[in-house]
Amino acid sequence: MPPFAPAAGGGNEQPTALLKVEHLTMRFGGLVAVDDVSFEAPNAGITAIIGPNGAGKTTVFNCLTGFYKPSVGRLTLSHPRRGPLYLERMEGFRIPQVAGVARTFQNVRLFGGMSVLENLIVAQHNELMHASFFSLAGLLGLGRYRRAEAKAVERARYWLDRVGLTARADWDAANLPYGEQRRLEIARAMCSQPVLLCLDEPAAGLNPRESSDLNRLLIGIRDEQRIGILLIEHDMSVVMGISDKIVVLDHGRQIAEGEPRQVRADPAVIRAYLGEDENEDLPPEVARDLARDGGSA
Amino acid sequence: MSGARLFGPAWLTEGVKEALLQALVALILAVPLIGLKTVQEPGGLGLQTRWPAVAIAVACVFVGRLLLVIARHIWPPRPKAAHSPVVAARIRRFVRLLGPATIAFALLLPFLPFADRYVLDVSILVLTYVMLGWGLNIVVGLAGLLDLGYVAFYAVGAYSYALFAANFGLSFWACLPIAGALAATFGILLGFPVLRLRGDYLAIVTLGFGEMIRVILINWSSLTNGPRGISGIPRPDFFGVPFNPSPAPDASAFHTLFGIAYSPIQRVIFLYYLILVLALLTNLFTLRIRKLPVGRAWEALREDEIACRSLGINPTNTKLTAFAIGAMFAGFAGSFFATRQGFISPESFTFLESAIILAIVVLGGMGSQVGIVIAAIVLIGGPELVRELEEYRMLAFGGLMVLIMVWRPRGLLAFREPTIRLADFDRTARARSEPAATVP
Ligand SMILES: Nc1ncnc2c1ncn2[C@@H]1O[C@H](COP(=O)(O)OP(=O)(O)O)[C@@H](O)[C@H]1O
Ligand SMILES: [Mg+2]
Repeated sequence: MPPFAPAAGGGNEQPTALLKVEHLTMRFGGLVAVDDVSFEAPNAGITAIIGPNGAGKTTVFNCLTGFYKPSVGRLTLSHPRRGPLYLERMEGFRIPQVAGVARTFQNVRLFGGMSVLENLIVAQHNELMHASFFSLAGLLGLGRYRRAEAKAVERARYWLDRVGLTARADWDAANLPYGEQRRLEIARAMCSQPVLLCLDEPAAGLNPRESSDLNRLLIGIRDEQRIGILLIEHDMSVVMGISDKIVVLDHGRQIAEGEPRQVRADPAVIRAYLGEDENEDLPPEVARDLARDGGSA
Repeated sequence: MSGARLFGPAWLTEGVKEALLQALVALILAVPLIGLKTVQEPGGLGLQTRWPAVAIAVACVFVGRLLLVIARHIWPPRPKAAHSPVVAARIRRFVRLLGPATIAFALLLPFLPFADRYVLDVSILVLTYVMLGWGLNIVVGLAGLLDLGYVAFYAVGAYSYALFAANFGLSFWACLPIAGALAATFGILLGFPVLRLRGDYLAIVTLGFGEMIRVILINWSSLTNGPRGISGIPRPDFFGVPFNPSPAPDASAFHTLFGIAYSPIQRVIFLYYLILVLALLTNLFTLRIRKLPVGRAWEALREDEIACRSLGINPTNTKLTAFAIGAMFAGFAGSFFATRQGFISPESFTFLESAIILAIVVLGGMGSQVGIVIAAIVLIGGPELVRELEEYRMLAFGGLMVLIMVWRPRGLLAFREPTIRLADFDRTARARSEPAATVP
């Protein structure tokens, strides 16, 4: 039994989706980076967003997490305790704080000069601020803050164990090898106790063993914490095994949405992936797989 | 390999090229700065040229750079990355010893045999800058906001004390919190519009703000008495008891209170302890707040603002608290400055002051409390101790800063102690729970 039991009380029998994206459009001047994208992400499920480079995947994340204001669209998060929240109306930092949407970045963004443990404690900033009356209790040396901090350390320790970084707790984050930095970033996002976890290409740059460890970790998070996971992946073969649902973007447009089996057989997806320019993104054996499945459908 | 290799190994050719380039830059700067001098002549101003001096300066730059290149070749610089764990451990041990030793020395200083009036005055000056350095360190070292106008808050503190004490007869201890609060308010007022700016832009705006405050002090004559400044600021008293050589028969003075002979140095010693306590309070506050959510958020903001936002940390509020608290300590230091001098004028709050305080923080090693003390002693005490050098003092000052930056590009004691360690945390938690565990 994980000590930090699911925040979301429900289960996947919940009728409404955790996240509902409707007509999301993001323009940069003349460039339409995301063009009328609509999909749903279930609670306690992994939803993969795939597509070639420049398809607009990261831009979708930036809209969801408040770094960009969408040009058009509605982003509804059905928070298990706070009810429906409209992310496109919320100020950037309030989305993680109030709506419980945590994310990682395509280019890892850690607090490099701070220790691994500190990274995980900073992630619990808002909770600690409340517990310490905005740090005043800590300044006066009240026990209230010490207890809150001890709890924060225990949560950090739990996630350090989960990602296998306990021995590195007191290292500077910048000194970790790349694969461990990626895991630390996920642990940090989880320490903020999200209801929706958005991971931007978490498998990029990992070796096959690290990559399969990562898949196991994500399945674990989904099944134990019962939160929603949005997973950006560049490479279709990685997500086929672990996602409950796949959304395919190409040049900003959504070309498919559905279960892995359906998406794999979708002619539009095959065309996008096997088009003259884009198939270098795909390992040859996957391309062959896709072509075969597509042909039989 | 190439025809460009005229003599010696490739690194030397590169070095000569580099030195030539720098000599050219020096030449461009030296012609107007050194080469031309205006002199009084019967018919008005005349120009005097000093080409030999220009030649010497350019030659110095060329030779100096070449020597640096050669030195770098013989002793290659260590990589700029973080210290190795061994070096970090050595610095940590050094700091652990040095900190308490320095405090003990500072507490005893007035009673040491060599501590005459002059030594105490210099020490008070150094301590003022230590306090300002520690205050600015909250903004620059912890929160990573480059503030070039810190002296503005120092000025606000000084003028608050001077005006409240002169106009309302408030005592130093009543004025101190007012000065701190006013300086913090100014910090927030400045912070609101500018904290969305980053790096260089923030530096430029804060620089402008520092100058603005000075110009306001000069021009708002009805309040500040303009460039003539405010004099006759009440001197500090010993918690209500004045330092007075000849008190009225029914009034008490410091020396009668303690039954000792009057000496003017008693007031100086009191001022010394006053600034020591204020500085140590600043230090204590910083050490504490680093371990609290706000302090950790400051450091996280310095490391990566975008990651902070993705964790639900409000960047604006977090920066504002850093700015306001840093300003508050400058306000405290300003009150002390006013009561110590008894006279203040806008002259005391020029950009040079901001630059010196920033230099102390950067040379000390951003974020290092002990490093700031060392840097303040070197930069403030050093020039005082070598007064014989006279007009070469500033040259020596500049040269020293260059040397420190070459020797330790990240500052004298650039190393950061984590605010919490899993190992230490476990040990204290076990110690706390053990007595409870033995209870049946
Ligand atoms: N801030 C921005 N300004 C202008 N164009 C942008 C911006 N962010 C993303 N884009 C453009 O949007 C498109 C999609 O980018 P992105 O979402 O990063 O793709 P992906 O993550 O799928 O590789 C790209 O053409 C990119 O250049
Ligand atoms: Mg991307």
